[in-house]
Amino acid sequence: MSLFQLLNGLTFAALLFVVASGFTLIFGLLRIVNLAHGALYLFGGHIGYSAAIWTGSFVLGGVGAMASIAAVGFVLDQGLLRFVRGNELRQVLLSLGAAFFLNDLALVIWGGDSFTVPIPQMLRGGMKVFGTFYPTYRLFVLATGIAVFAALWLLLNYTRLGALIRAGVDDAEMVEASGVNIQRIFLITFLIGSALAGLGGLIGGAFLSLYPSADAEILVFSLAVVIIGGRGSLIGVGAGSLLVGLLNTLGQVMFPELAYFVIFGPMAVLLAFRPLGLFGRAT
Amino acid sequence: MTTLLSPNRSQLAGMSGRATIIAGLIVAVAACMPLLLSNYQVGLATEVLIFGILAMSLDILAGFAGRTSLGHGAIFGVSTYVVVYCAAQTGLPPAAAFTFGVLAATTVASVFALLAVRTSGVYFLLLTLALGMIVWGICLRWTEVTGGENGMRGDVRPAMLLSHSAFYWAVLGCSAIVSFAMWRFVRSPFGLTLRGIRDSESRMRSLGYNVPLHLFIGFTVSGFFAGVAGALYAMFNSFVSPSTVALAQSVEGVLMMIAGGVGTLFGAFVGAAAIIALENVVSAYTERWQMVLGITFVLIMIFAPEGIIGKLRTILSRQLR
Repeated sequence: MSLFQLLNGLTFAALLFVVASGFTLIFGLLRIVNLAHGALYLFGGHIGYSAAIWTGSFVLGGVGAMASIAAVGFVLDQGLLRFVRGNELRQVLLSLGAAFFLNDLALVIWGGDSFTVPIPQMLRGGMKVFGTFYPTYRLFVLATGIAVFAALWLLLNYTRLGALIRAGVDDAEMVEASGVNIQRIFLITFLIGSALAGLGGLIGGAFLSLYPSADAEILVFSLAVVIIGGRGSLIGVGAGSLLVGLLNTLGQVMFPELAYFVIFGPMAVLLAFRPLGLFGRAT
Repeated sequence: MTTLLSPNRSQLAGMSGRATIIAGLIVAVAACMPLLLSNYQVGLATEVLIFGILAMSLDILAGFAGRTSLGHGAIFGVSTYVVVYCAAQTGLPPAAAFTFGVLAATTVASVFALLAVRTSGVYFLLLTLALGMIVWGICLRWTEVTGGENGMRGDVRPAMLLSHSAFYWAVLGCSAIVSFAMWRFVRSPFGLTLRGIRDSESRMRSLGYNVPLHLFIGFTVSGFFAGVAGALYAMFNSFVSPSTVALAQSVEGVLMMIAGGVGTLFGAFVGAAAIIALENVVSAYTERWQMVLGITFVLIMIFAPEGIIGKLRTILSRQLR
């Protein structure tokens, strides 16, 4: 694998991290497998695209995508998922229904064409990395991934909210019993997770482009990341994203038509030995 | 265990007299349908039967082993792909194509099963979903063989089944046989063991049952039936594209199963009829079927998770009291 491909793998892993960290945060704390996460990604990408075109600013596009997807997440959590709390199966299937709805809505609003979010002037072109010429924008994606990791790390380990989230992942009832409004923590987590999907949609939309089945593709990658990394572990998502991102790139180079299959192998091996994922813990 | 099983032995061996008569009546009524309906409606009825089989195969797992699969659309679609491919590219006779299709689906199901039996609950759902999507990804990208996004066309129907009603009767015969086989399967001692696993995995394990093996066989058998449905669908549609293996296919199957009532087995046909009728009514007014499907899913999950039949039963019993 050349340096160029390695960088491709790393930048894709960074995007996956941004999307899957939101997914696993929700899964870990709320026990909700939000299958609408892919749809939120696509929706966020579209909204970010429209906002970026309208305002002419990539940053505002990002803010718009995160804010509006957090709002969609709010409606999803408070308007629908609230009615099926505590029943995992119904939650999953309900979020799937919501995913179908959101997807089709995106198709109505933006049509079936593929869109590419415009990259700001500053990030266009390429730069030299260890003697290889590489697109600046993809390096920006890598930096964003690292920044999101750092931010989540700080949030989870050095703030009160983070401590409550970590405690909630281990034992939500106990947290509630000690006088904390766990429902509010749940909601905040859901909003952060959704906003991350929106952010992922924007930055992914600029180099993978947005098209009607992009949500399913990103969802299956996120699932692979979570299955490999384990539920609710930040380190797990990091490791899972790196593994899936690099394997996917390797697969695309070696077997272009069966690239999907290459994530399947490690997933199968892993499940045989650690059904809960690399960093997952039984509860 | 023998004390638990033996009193039911006589009933397990076959249907009771009344059940046989009812089943015979239903099949007879269903067989008269082509005489009353238009060709288009016969086509719809055929579709109901085919998807009813798919939904029943899902019910074997969900209703009797307590595991909902989101990968059955892929198993179904693999069968469709193989049948169409055999007919279009290799010119095999329909019966051989059909056999290969079902075999391929069963093989895929057994691979899925090997991985999935280690998990339960929500992880099972996730894993089958991911596996199904891998199949979808391969069908989409492996253009040389699958025709990619354009799909494949191939006439698979034998000459004698070309008319709408003849094909309907063939599918009806198939569904009757398959339904009986599934009914026997879930009522067999093996099926009872699956129910035991659904209710308490740890208890069954401590009683000495090989839980993963039972689940593996259950999943493979369920995949076999999904494969039969897929092969019939290939003959029905004569066309296959990635949307046949897509998540939407699995989801529609699950929705039909849930709408019919989980664990009712034959409710699957009611669910399939309801969803297909809805699809046709909606399609007459709008192209937004996906959206309606999503909304239906959300509404059923919130208001009637026990299915249409279950809901009616609850409402009726409340009215009668």
